[in-house]
Amino acid sequence: MSTSAIIFMILGILITWGGLVFSILNAVHKSNKGT
Amino acid sequence: MEKQQWGTRSGFILAAVGSAVGLGNIWRFPYTAYDNGGGTFLIPYLFALLTTGLSILILEFALGHRHRRSAPMTFHLIHKNIEFIGWWQVVIAFIVSTYYSVILAWSLSYTFFSLHQLWGNDTESFLFNQYLQVGTEPGTLGGLVPGVAYPLIIIWIIVLAISIKGIKKGIEKINRIFIPALVIMFSIIVLRAITLEGAILGLESFFTPDWRSILHTKVWMAAYGQVFFSLSICMGVMITYSSYLPKKSDTTNNAFITAFSNSSFEMLAGIGVFSALGFMSSKMEVSLDEVVTGGVGLAFVIFPKIINELPFPSLFGVLFFLSLVVAGITSLISLLEVSVSAICDKFQFNRKKIVLCIGGSAGAISLIFATRGGLMLLDVVDYFTNNIVLLIVGLLEIGVLSIVIRRLDVYKKHANLSSDMKIGYVWKYSLLLITPFVLAYMLFQGLLENLTNNYEGYPTQFLLLFGWNIILITIVLAFILMWSKKKITKS
Repeated sequence: MSTSAIIFMILGILITWGGLVFSILNAVHKSNKGT
Repeated sequence: MEKQQWGTRSGFILAAVGSAVGLGNIWRFPYTAYDNGGGTFLIPYLFALLTTGLSILILEFALGHRHRRSAPMTFHLIHKNIEFIGWWQVVIAFIVSTYYSVILAWSLSYTFFSLHQLWGNDTESFLFNQYLQVGTEPGTLGGLVPGVAYPLIIIWIIVLAISIKGIKKGIEKINRIFIPALVIMFSIIVLRAITLEGAILGLESFFTPDWRSILHTKVWMAAYGQVFFSLSICMGVMITYSSYLPKKSDTTNNAFITAFSNSSFEMLAGIGVFSALGFMSSKMEVSLDEVVTGGVGLAFVIFPKIINELPFPSLFGVLFFLSLVVAGITSLISLLEVSVSAICDKFQFNRKKIVLCIGGSAGAISLIFATRGGLMLLDVVDYFTNNIVLLIVGLLEIGVLSIVIRRLDVYKKHANLSSDMKIGYVWKYSLLLITPFVLAYMLFQGLLENLTNNYEGYPTQFLLLFGWNIILITIVLAFILMWSKKKITKS
């Protein structure tokens, strides 16, 4: 696999899954806001 | 009548994710990304996600949460003259549910076919000739196909049985089971796919950047289209679901979790699908271009071929098609809920009766797509509903709220009051400047294309009757529903 393809694969996973983990952590951390 | 509510925050998020994650994530995203620059597609895709997808999602969550009504009544409370937008969304969601359920029926049949790979080696002929028994004349129904009709009835029975139990005991409960199950099943498929011979070839084609593509308008429009069509926005679903939120709810963070869950699943699907396609192309010793496709062809022609070549084909076949069924059922439930919620809200009818009445009608109408001519009909109705009607209603919703009656600040304030994550000018100007322009451009392109060429070369009369007519039918139905006698209770 070429380096550019690997970089884009890692970036794609990091941004989408990272975004999800970040928003879940944010929700858990500040869970005093209810539902 | 007491307003129903979600039991927990995770219950609401799982239901919203269940609505957004559907067949389009599995069969539309991978092909769209590959066809529009591979790795570089991620740049316009993420830009579109932040400026349009997430922005509309936050707006719709705030709309539903603030007014705590169905889509039409939400718009009515904003301004009585725009109630029509909500009803138009209700009619669109109802029409989509009629043909979407048929694709679920195919998936359910294929789940059972997977046990013995009944499709054989010629998967294309099996799908079109043996299973769907497709007729040659567009517009001719040609009799019911029992192999499609029976699973279709089963799908509707399942959906009605869930919806009738209500928000907390029905929709929330089932999404708590279905969404984790979907993630587990699909993760097993992806793990198997990336360990197949040739998977690297597929992944390389999927992620290799084509920098020239980033300058093409077509690529940016494809990215905006993917985000717009995959998030269940502008169809009344997210307004309806968020109307069941309790007063103390973090709408903005919920929108972030929903949008990123949807994109994460799309990324997972892209990796799985292209690994499998890479395996297929190396097995057949042909280039990847020859096996790459999207939509029905990918799921029901190419995937059965891939499954034939795998060790334990029955296991992976069942997992793949069951994933489609599970992903689709949670979306179908949300589409039905848009109509149920709207009718209950306006006319104050009993929910159980409405679920049976609307679901039963949708089920009965969906049988039209279970005929020999059903596939062509489905193709045209889906194309015109998504590419013309949904874009018009999306443009109306965003255009009216942001430009005509200028209510964005009200919802920005509402979202910020109830959320830890604050939204500001980027959100406002995305909806005011970027989204209406992009939707208008996509609509203009769609209209231009269809006025100059017949979609898929279908006869003009067929397209007029089942394509262009859909626009008219949805408008007429929306007006009838809007002008019907109101019964709004004070709250």
